[in-house]
Order: sequence, then C-alpha cells, then structure tokens
Amino acid sequence: MPTELPATGAVGPVTGVASLAWLLFALPAASAVILFVAGRRANRWGHWLGVLSVAAAFVIGALIFVQTLGLDPAQRTREISLYEWIPVAGLNIDFGFRLDPLSLTFVLLITGVGGLIHLYSVGYMAPHATDGGEPADDSSRRRFFAQLNLFIAAMLLLVLGNNFVLLYLGWEGVGLASYLLIGFYQNRPSAATAAKKAFLMNRVGDVGLALAIFLIWMELGTVQYTDVFARIGEVPGGTILAITLLLLLGACGKSGQFPLQAWLPDAMEGPTPVSALIHAATMVTAGVFLVARMNPIYNITETGRLAVAIIGVITLLIGAIIGCAYDDIKKVLAYSTVSQIGYMILAVGLGPAGYALGILHLLAHGFFKAGLFLGAGSVMHAMHDEVDMRRFGGLARYMPITTVTFGLGYLAIIGFPFLSGYYTKDAIIAATFGQGGWQGAVFGGVAVLAAGLTAFYMTRLVLMTFFGEKRWQNLRVGDTPDGAQYHPHESPAVMTIPMIVLAFGSVAAGFLLTWDGALVRWLQPTLGELEESAAGPLSHTAVAIVTVAVSALGALIAYLVVGRRPVPVQRPEPVSFPVRAARRDLYANAINEVLIARPGIWLSRALVYIDNRGVDGLVNGTAALLGGSSGRLRRLQTGFVRSYALSMLGGSVLVIAALLAVRFA
Amino acid sequence: MNTGGSVLLLVLLLVPLVGSLAVAPLRNDDRAAKRVAFGIAIIELTLAGVAWAMYSVADAAAGTRFQLEFAYPWIPAFGTSFALGVDGIALVMIALTALLVPIVMGFSWEEKLPEGRSAASFFALLLATEGLLIGVFAATDVFLFYVFFEAMLVPMYFLIGRFGGPRRQYAAVKFFLYSLLGGLVMLASVIGLFVVSGERLGEGTFTWAELQRIAASVPESTQIWLFLGFFLAFAIKAPLVPFHTWLPDAGAEAPIGVGVLLVGVLDKVGTFGFLRYCLPLFPAASRTLAPLVLVLAVIGVLYGALLAVAQSDLKRFVSYTSVAHFGYIALGIFAFSTQAFAGSVLYMVNHGLTTGMLFIVVGMLIARGGSRLIADYGGVAKLAPLLAGTFLLAGLASLALPGTNSFVSEFLVLIGSFPREPVYTILATVGIIFAALYILWVYQRTMQGPVRGTAVLAALGGPGDGPGTMLDPAVAVKRRGVGFPDLSKREIAVLTPLIVLIVGLGFFPGPVLDVINPSVAATMSEVGLTDPVGGVSR
Repeated sequence: MPTELPATGAVGPVTGVASLAWLLFALPAASAVILFVAGRRANRWGHWLGVLSVAAAFVIGALIFVQTLGLDPAQRTREISLYEWIPVAGLNIDFGFRLDPLSLTFVLLITGVGGLIHLYSVGYMAPHATDGGEPADDSSRRRFFAQLNLFIAAMLLLVLGNNFVLLYLGWEGVGLASYLLIGFYQNRPSAATAAKKAFLMNRVGDVGLALAIFLIWMELGTVQYTDVFARIGEVPGGTILAITLLLLLGACGKSGQFPLQAWLPDAMEGPTPVSALIHAATMVTAGVFLVARMNPIYNITETGRLAVAIIGVITLLIGAIIGCAYDDIKKVLAYSTVSQIGYMILAVGLGPAGYALGILHLLAHGFFKAGLFLGAGSVMHAMHDEVDMRRFGGLARYMPITTVTFGLGYLAIIGFPFLSGYYTKDAIIAATFGQGGWQGAVFGGVAVLAAGLTAFYMTRLVLMTFFGEKRWQNLRVGDTPDGAQYHPHESPAVMTIPMIVLAFGSVAAGFLLTWDGALVRWLQPTLGELEESAAGPLSHTAVAIVTVAVSALGALIAYLVVGRRPVPVQRPEPVSFPVRAARRDLYANAINEVLIARPGIWLSRALVYIDNRGVDGLVNGTAALLGGSSGRLRRLQTGFVRSYALSMLGGSVLVIAALLAVRFA
Repeated sequence: MNTGGSVLLLVLLLVPLVGSLAVAPLRNDDRAAKRVAFGIAIIELTLAGVAWAMYSVADAAAGTRFQLEFAYPWIPAFGTSFALGVDGIALVMIALTALLVPIVMGFSWEEKLPEGRSAASFFALLLATEGLLIGVFAATDVFLFYVFFEAMLVPMYFLIGRFGGPRRQYAAVKFFLYSLLGGLVMLASVIGLFVVSGERLGEGTFTWAELQRIAASVPESTQIWLFLGFFLAFAIKAPLVPFHTWLPDAGAEAPIGVGVLLVGVLDKVGTFGFLRYCLPLFPAASRTLAPLVLVLAVIGVLYGALLAVAQSDLKRFVSYTSVAHFGYIALGIFAFSTQAFAGSVLYMVNHGLTTGMLFIVVGMLIARGGSRLIADYGGVAKLAPLLAGTFLLAGLASLALPGTNSFVSEFLVLIGSFPREPVYTILATVGIIFAALYILWVYQRTMQGPVRGTAVLAALGGPGDGPGTMLDPAVAVKRRGVGFPDLSKREIAVLTPLIVLIVGLGFFPGPVLDVINPSVAATMSEVGLTDPVGGVSR
C-alpha cells in the first residue's frame, strides 16, 4: 500500500560523475588514515595532504551538484550502493549513499567551509604558534589534521548514508572526532574533561537515535531510507510519535539543544578552527539535518513537530540569555551557536512550512558563524590566546582585516537589513508567527525577543573587542608581573583569506540563496513544497520591521552599557540574580552534577562495596563451608585442588558406574 | 552423518596438545621453548585457516549441521564416541582461539615470570589450553564436550596459580572451585541426558545430533532440570551476575596473556554452551526460563558497567567491562532472533579481539609502570603517544563505537532483541552510556593531562608524587629511572593484527557473518521459534 509521497520521488541509479560519490568519503578518510599511520614521517607535508583531500572532495561534490542541477527535479534523488555492510537475514544493511538535494547541500557546506577551515588551520596550527598556552609542533599539527580529516569523512557519511545505520555510523563518528579535537590540548585537564563530557552527553542522545532505529526496524523490517519513507504510513500513530521523540533526543545531543546543551560551551576547549567547523558550522547542525531528513516521518505527527519546536524555542532563548553574561569571547559565540541552532530546530519543527527555512538558516549560519569563530581565533592568535574580552579593546586599528570580516559576520548574525541573517532568521520568525494560534504568538514572540538579545550580546562582544579603550596596554599575559606584553598584530594571509571568503558568504549567502526562492526550490524534491503561511496576524513585512527594530534596540542598549562607559577589567561582583544565573549557565551544570553525576558515582561506589562484601562474601562463605574457613581458602595450596580434582574424578566414575549398573541390571 | 571424513579437526586438536608435550621439557632453553611454541601456534593458525577455507557456507545453508566431521567409537557400551565436527559458530571460535594464542605468545615473549618458573612450562601450558579449547568447540558428543570442558580447567589453573600476581593462589583456587562446582552440576545433567535418551531411543546416547532430534519430545519439567544443570556451569563460565565474582580476581591475578585467553576465549565457552547445548537440547526450557536469564543479562550489563566505573585496578577494570559485555551476549542469545543470535556469536569473536587488545595494552602500560593502579598513572599520552593511541582504539572498540568491529555485533544484539524484548533492550541500550563513561574516564586519568602519577614519575626518575599509592611501595623504588618508552617493534607487531581486524571487521564483517548465519538459522529452528521481524526462518 504505497502512501502519498510528498517529498521523495522515485530513487534512480547514479550516472557519470556521481558514481565517484564514494570518493567524497574515501578521500578524507584515506588522508586521515595516512596521517595517523605514517606518524612523524608525514610531519612535513601532512597538513597539505589534509587540505588537498578536502579540496578534492569539494571539487567532486561541486561536479556532482552541477550534474544534478541538469537533471529534472523528479530525478534528482539517486542512490549508489557500494557493498553489503552487515549481511544478516532480515536485516541486510547496505553501505550506500543517497545523493539528493539535501545531502548534496550538506556535502558542499562540509567540504567548502571545511576546506577553508583546513586552510586556515595550516597557519593557525603552525609550529611555534601557540593556542591555549601549548606550543604547537609539527607532530601536533599532523595529529590535528588527521583528526580534522576524520571528522570530514564521518560527517560526509552522516549526510550521505542511505540508511539509518550508516547515519548512526556517521553520527557517532563525528562524535569521536569532536571528542578527539576538544581534548586536543593534552596539557589542559579541563580539555580532557570537556571532551569526555561532550562524548557522554552525545551518547545520551545516541541512545535515542538507536532506539528510534530499533522501533523503525521492528515496525517495517528495514532500515533503508527509501523503504522506510515509502511505508512509514503503515506505522501506528503512537509509535510514530515515539520515533519522532527519540530522534529528537538524538538531535538534542548532537546539536546542543535543551536539555543536553551543557557540553557545547565546554567544547570551546578545542582549538578555535575546531570550534568554527565542528562546533558551529557543521556537526552541531546535524540535529537540524536529522529532523529535515526524516521529514516524511515528522510530516505525519503534529505532536512530534510541536515537541521539536518547543525544544527549539527554549534553547534559542536560554542560549541568547547566557550569551549576554559571558566575558569569554569563544563562550559567547558558543552560546550564540546554541541559540542560533535553536532557531533552526524551531524552523524544522514547523514542518512543511519550515524545513527548508531551517536548512537556509543553517547554511547562512555556517558562513557567518564560521567566519566569526575564525575572527575570534585571529584575535586570540594576536593576543597570546587571551579569551577574556575585558582584556581586549581597541583592536580595530591593529587588525583591520579581522575587524572588517568579523564586523560583516556580526551584521549578518544580528539580521542587519539585506545581509544573510536578515533573510534567513526573519524568514523563520515570520513563518513561526504564520503558524497562528497560541504557538505562533508565543514562539514568534520569544524568537523576536531572542533576536534583540542576539543583537545585544553580539554588539557587546564587538565593542569590547575591537573598539574603545586599549585595556590590554597596561596588562601582562597571565596577569603575572613577568608575563609578556600584548602585541596585537594582523594574522597571516593563509588565515585571513578564508576569513575574507567567509565574510563574502556572510554578506551574500542570504540574498543569493533566497533569490527567487533558489534554495527552497532546489530542496523541494527532498523536503517537499514549502508551505507559505498567510494565517498569521502579521505580514512578512511587519515581522521584518518589528525584528529589525527589536534588534536595533538590543544593539543600542549594548552601546549604552559597554560602548559609552569604560569597561572594568575585573568582572564586576556582586551582580543581580539574573546575571549570576546566566553566568552559571542557568545552573545547567549544577543540576547535572547534583541529579546525575554525584548520585551515579555514589551508586557505583556502593555497588563495588556490595560486590566485594555481599556477592563475593556469599560465595567465599559457601566455599568456606566446603573447604574449611575462608582464611584457609586463601592459604590453600595446589594439594587442595588436587584432592578436589581427584574427588571430582572419583565422583564422576561413581556416578557413571551407578548408571551402567542400572542399565545392565 | 559421518562423511567418512576429515582428520583436520583431529589434527587441529592434537597439534597443540602434542606440541605442549614437546615444549614442556625445554626447561633449560627458554629461547628454544618460546620459538618452538610460537612455531606450533603459527602452524595451528594456518590449520585453522585451512579449516575455514574448507568449511562450506553453501552446505551449511543447505542444512548440513556439522562439517569436517570425525568420529571414532570411544566407549560404545556407554553410547559415547570421540566425535568432532564444526558448525559456523564453532568454526569462528576455533579461528579466534588459533589467532589469539600466537598474539598472546608474542605479548608474553619478554614477560617476567615469577621466581623459579620457566618459560617452557608457561608456553607449554598455553598450548595445552589451546588444544583443549579446540576440543571444547569441536566436540559433537556431549560427554566428550564435558571431558574437555573440565580438562581445560587444569592448565588454566596452573597458568593463574603459578604465573600470576601476588594473590595468584587465592585467585586460582577461587577460579577452580567455581568452575568445578559448575562442572559437577553439569555432569549430573549430562548423565540425566543419557538416561532420558535411553528412555526415548531404547539405548542411551551422548551424540549431540541424536539428542537434538529427541529434544522436542522431552517433557518440559525434565528439560528444565537438565537445562539448569548446563546453565549453571555456563553462567559461571560466561560469567553472568551473580556468578561473576571469580572473574575480577582471576583477571587481576592472571598474567596478562593468560587473562586474554581467559576472557577472550575460555569464558566464551559459557555463551557457546548456551547456543550449542541449552537452546537446541532443551528448547522448551529455554523458552520458559528465558526471562530469568534476560534479567541476569541486563543486570550484568548495567551492574558490570557501574562496577567498572569505580574500579581502581586496571586489570579488574577490564574484567568488569567484560561482565557487562557478557550481559549483551546473553541478552542476544535469550532474545531468540536470527539477528540477535548472529550478533551474539559475532560479539563472542569481537569481544575476544577488543578485550584481548585492551588487556594487552593495559599489560604494556603495567609493564612500564610496575603498578596496576589507575591512580599511579597520568599523562602517558605525552610520553608514549602510540601506547595511548592504541589504548584509546581498544577502548573505543570496547564501547562499541561504530567503525569498530564491536559496533556491528552490539548493534545486531540490540536491534535483534528489541522486537521480542523491548524493555530489556532499552535498559541494555542505556548501558552504552556507562560504557562510554568507564572507558573515557580511565583514558582521561591514565593518558590525558600533564605527566603525573607515582608509577610514571618513578619510571622517569623524578621525585615521585608524594606518598605512593602503588600496591607494593618497593616497586616504585626498584623502577626509579627505568624510563617510560613508547611501543617497541615487538609490541607494535603484536597489536597490528588486532588493530587491522578491529577496524577491518568494523567495515567488512561480511566474511565472518556469512559463516555464522546458516548456523544461527539452524539454532533458531532448533529452538522452535520464528523471527519476530524479518520472518526468515528455515
């Protein structure tokens, strides 16, 4: 009983350049393996191999994209099956790729932005440069590129896989790469802790994804996307809801959404290019990809979509609130990412009215947030890895390229008219209002409020970093009397060129992607027709005006708070309760600690006690009954066992003899 | 169905046993003893490869239960014969055994043995263990199986009790008593089977195929008693909670190489026994008692993981991770589906590789620091990046990260168990979070961060970390300034085959699954159930 298929049409075989799709995964994977295995021998050229493999993957991706554009939209979904990965009766899992507009969009984002960030890293991770207080050397740069390549390979698998299990392989694969790269700086215990935390919170989400896969297979007997999407209508409604909620749990883990958001800010322990690529532009958006990819499932259940939207709204608000309180430049950007992904999750939670808008904002965000992070890295590069914005100020004169590129990214994220964010974020807000009802009003209102907060924290960041007093002039690195003085300087070309390219993206991506609905039309074969909503109380223009006005207000308040008044180098204390709460991440970590971490440790210690005293004691006691006392048991020599073996043998012979006697009697 | 056969299995059985007798007398020449033993192990591995090549998947799929059969009347009056044969499940276990033994030997090449012990007897005992393990997997006669099952205790007992750590006597005796207890109960059931078969067939038999044929006709109450006898022995061996407490002691006190064989292969005899004896010979009892086993399995998954989190001793830590892993295997076996069966059998192979590698890498760490305590290490990644990297890889395989071999098996177990046993499966799936915790936490404490820890600092000749936490404070003094080198060429050679298999089977598990599939399908029909999903049953 084939059901109505709004989004997925027939799946065709690949032809021409698309049959090279396996290279997309194979090139970065091979590069990673070479860099890991070759060891020090690859130190001199390893980083260029890393850049080259991603660049080559980008070229192949672009060629496949162009080829796909030449096809009729109905034929743009194609599959290439490479081999049978897990051959078991009733569950034959394919190792194959699904080339469709959605996956190709991500391929271009991952290899394009990824390639730029690889290039930037050649300079950023160069020997004798420092980052996080640890001098880089050739070996650590090679290790870095190996892990970054591993990430690209896993992320491509995540978006290209043609079944749920391959998705899961990519899903945990990017988690591994993220774990390795967050913990990259081996001197810092905090980096190791942050890495472990990220992996664990991701695994909580992974349990959700895994259970969703189990449910789908139980209901349909297949894990291939094509079959699942075609027959999803056969699954009972309650099960569908469960599947969507479990998938959402997975999305929350990977994308740092409430209640699993606490790992993402800590992930800033990793080198800054990692923050840009993995923890801003690509990996953390996998949750958005997941919901969009599963649109045939989410289309069926309104409750499931509502849950997604609620999570998005909660997250976009808490991210924006906490972002206002931090002084650490990377943490502000991290919470900004949490908040912006909240917008995307909200968008895909709107269903057919929002899937494409979520992806649209995801792409625009990929450009401007990657650019912002690279800019922050450039500032840290210039300032002895300082991240405290209270120790910055007036850097615009010393690093003009960084200031301009960062400034463009800033204008894009706050939704300055006609830059990227203006087109993409406002579209989400308008569509949210367009839903009508209480959800439309509440969610839309919160989204507008958060847009104002976004403008506030971003303006505060820019003013404290690039403008105002040069507060660093009278300070020394590490606050020690013999620490070095700060000598801000512009970064080398290998770093600024990627920043410039991304700045162009920040300016133009929104306009180009929405020109004549380009992206929406391109994604239509995967995501279905974008439902235009006219039901809302406010017209698109009105929403745009309100959002811009609220954003302007936020920026103005930031100017009044930090732009016109001197910024104290010491963080002011004490502060009001809301600021205190925001500085402590709205107590997310404290709650995790009290409710999960400490009871868990107590439980496992208690179990060790029980295992040693109780379970083992019982057994030792039994043994003592057999062999005397448990103290003697310890001292017993082999003779004891010999006698046991003999008695066993004797016993066996007796029993057998008795048996034979019975038989022959 | 004696196809008149093949002596290959007999040769596989005899080569290590005879080899063991040949190696044992070389007490005065350790080098020669090691070389001869290693050569024999390589021959055995080659023979296992030949057996793998000769095994026909097509025949198995067509319904041939055992291949490469060999039979010789042993005690005809008693209905028992010296009968050997393999199905896909036994074949992969034999291959795993033959693969791990030379790796263990390579690892133990420079092992410091306790005072007065010769390498010759150590390597001879390894070979003896190998031969008896092959016998356990290849036996197709229940009495013969029982003989091998008990006999393999003996070399293992001496390996632990003579070559192990400070409390080796205690650990060895505990291991022996547990196993003996299980064995005796099983003996009662073995004899019971004989009696029952005598009632059904007019003449008692121990031949597995005959017993399986009459299995369905045995009343359930009888089945339950016989099942419990076998089950207890296997649950101790596997080990399932609450019969597990011998394992941490044995695992901690046994030399690393012996630990690899113990946890990697010998314990699998328990789960192998579930699949070969409990399910096909007592199908009704298996179905009835499955909830009991499932509860123990899931408790094992969570309890083992939580205990692993809080361990302070590296070797006990690895042992407790295995308790959790055996919970997954048992879950897959008693959830009765083709997919979960295949997952469990593959898990048995994969666990041998990954936990074997984890044990070996832990052993390499201990060899450098002289301490088993986690707290004595820190920041090793800076000193020995290859050691740290291989430790992490083994750990990631242990937490079943996709891309490693263990993922395929753990995923198959869980997805295959889910339709019939959703509640137990959900609980077991939560266990993957704990797995990530115990692995990454130990990795963080021993490998990441600044160089620290009594064992590491002492080895480097530094001032030490304040009061030592080492089990034996004298060790810290003895080891002062010996250095903390990265992996040697020999160590890399020992680890390379494991790394290749762990990653290779993560992406290409097909060749192993192909061998396993027909046999688990046969087991499925012997249990008398059909798959809840996929509907594939012969």
